[in-house]
Amino acid sequence: MSKQIKLWQGNEACAEGAMYAGCDFFGGYPITPSTEVAEILAAMLPKVGGKFIQMEDEIASMGTILGAAAAGAKSMTSTSGPGFSLMMELLGYGCMAEIPCVIVNVQRAGPSTGLPTKGAQADVMQTRWGTHGDHPTIALCPSSIEESFKLTVKAFNLAEKFRMPVILLLDEFIGHMREKMEVPEPGELEIYNHPRPKVDPKEYQHYADGSSVGGPYAAMGSGYRFNITGLTHDKKGFPTARLDEIQWKMDRLRDKIDQHLAELTEVEEEFLDDAEIVIFSYGAAARSSQQAVRQARAKGIKVGLLRPTTIWPFPDRIVTDVLKKCKTMLVAEISQGQLVYEVERCNKSNTPVVPVLRYDGEMITPAQILKAVEEAQK
Amino acid sequence: MKIHPAYEMLRPGKKFPNVWCPGCGHGIVQGAIIRAVERLGINRDEVAMVSGIGCSSRMPVYVDFNSLHTAHGRALPFATGVKLHNPKLHVIVITGDGDALAIGGNHFIHAARRNMELTVILMNNNIYGMTGGQYSPTTPIGKRASTAPYGCAERDFDACALAIAAGAVFAARGTVYNAVELDKMIEKALTKKGFALVEALSPCPTLYGRLNKEGSAVKMMQTQKANTINLKAAEKLTPQELEGKIITGIFHDGEAQPYTEVYQQIIAKAQGK
Ligand code: SF4
Repeated sequence: MSKQIKLWQGNEACAEGAMYAGCDFFGGYPITPSTEVAEILAAMLPKVGGKFIQMEDEIASMGTILGAAAAGAKSMTSTSGPGFSLMMELLGYGCMAEIPCVIVNVQRAGPSTGLPTKGAQADVMQTRWGTHGDHPTIALCPSSIEESFKLTVKAFNLAEKFRMPVILLLDEFIGHMREKMEVPEPGELEIYNHPRPKVDPKEYQHYADGSSVGGPYAAMGSGYRFNITGLTHDKKGFPTARLDEIQWKMDRLRDKIDQHLAELTEVEEEFLDDAEIVIFSYGAAARSSQQAVRQARAKGIKVGLLRPTTIWPFPDRIVTDVLKKCKTMLVAEISQGQLVYEVERCNKSNTPVVPVLRYDGEMITPAQILKAVEEAQK
Repeated sequence: MKIHPAYEMLRPGKKFPNVWCPGCGHGIVQGAIIRAVERLGINRDEVAMVSGIGCSSRMPVYVDFNSLHTAHGRALPFATGVKLHNPKLHVIVITGDGDALAIGGNHFIHAARRNMELTVILMNNNIYGMTGGQYSPTTPIGKRASTAPYGCAERDFDACALAIAAGAVFAARGTVYNAVELDKMIEKALTKKGFALVEALSPCPTLYGRLNKEGSAVKMMQTQKANTINLKAAEKLTPQELEGKIITGIFHDGEAQPYTEVYQQIIAKAQGK
């Protein structure tokens, strides 16, 4: 049987990917340019017995998906810039309480209400540092329609496995762009559902050591009575002020990411083997970068592309290594240069790092990037 | 030795002693909830207690239910998610006046409007207790708080009237002094299909009482007794006679199709049934 071919938007592929992953709960508040995700799920979820609810604001949206997830749902919300800002408090809650869910942020140009119908990639630092307190985040960033689908599925898998909110960092350009894609057959992509505990309810610890990554944890109402709180808590989930337990919790939040960097870090590389100039770029900007690389190669310039599909945790080690080998690294992004800092942080070889930026709401073009490549070559 | 039936529902060990001050009304409300669940014979595995932030909202830790202590003002959205995903659960929301009516005010009216099946126990002590005595949306005008050293300049909310106007199916106000009546209100609320509010007037001797020179915890309970009047009795009095009185009782006991039932119909429609 031949596969289904669809001409989808990024937002549409994201909603379809969520259904493929087994999402059965969506709570959200409409905001441009993310609304298609909600609209599609409003139609699809009830068909499979899932729940869709339009909440009174983005704070409530985050609250309701966390509540549903605590009760065992595979839950999700979608939003854009200002809505994402409102979600920060409960994003932190989800990380602290270790509740899996997926948050889609279809980035638009800001600050503030900014340019609602125009794109940007300027929420990348908010995605990492938007909440208060110390904790890592996971964020995936697709560059194509097919990737919007696949990375949504992956976001659910990682959320389930790492027990935390996972962010799908889209941007308006990808969200609203249409592109042909082959729809994966059921069973073709891996779906990870975390195991449920088998121990006696009296023995159950909601935050036992073994369940920090990939281990079993219970849903509320499944016969295991436990406590969830945003307060620093012990293994059973009860608030604690004991120094050793505080330390344990904070290390656990950090280590579950830090000790799985190899598994979490994913990058795509093109023409890197002999590249003297490397473009670091993600999401929509990476598409123009890819085009620029091909044009430059046609002119005989040794240029390559390093494109992360996981932006958090940042691919430190890979970036450091590539910087060591190349002569110049260009950072092409649709912002005033948020990732330039990250690349510089990894720069142990004093390799020149050149920002290639656009932030007027329009797409960064291959021509702009090609020009920067040609200048760097001089 | 005979063990009190409520003991079973508590979480002994590290969770006690609790954070509440001696004389605080919250313990009486907790007892009333436990007794109501006990009398109704609800299985503890099927109770989810969801709270926000504040003195009252610490309750989930002490009671051996499925418990979820959330963020300030956000208990209702979390509870909405829990209930909608698993409608079998009896979801009891524990909240305070600041939590439910200030930061969570928008969630409060919308949860009532949707007729989400939640039993909301709002412990009203007219002040922010945990943060140290700042004025809340239910601090009466003229009363003192740490952020109202000259008396509160704002008018106060009537939580029951607000809930009814927003669409709640049940709204009642009780006091910790009339604990028997409060027990019954909570029991009734737990049987309602829809958004049911019980506002429990729960004195805070440590902050509200001290700042307003209302005396000891016992004195505050006596004042509560003297100042509250039952709905039935109040109906016979003139507005002048009711001046300064707080009316208690069941203000609204209606019916409306609960959200999860409506949503089941949506599912049937989407599936072409
Ligand atoms: S501060 Fe007031 S409300 Fe809080 S526990 Fe003490 S008496 Fe109760």
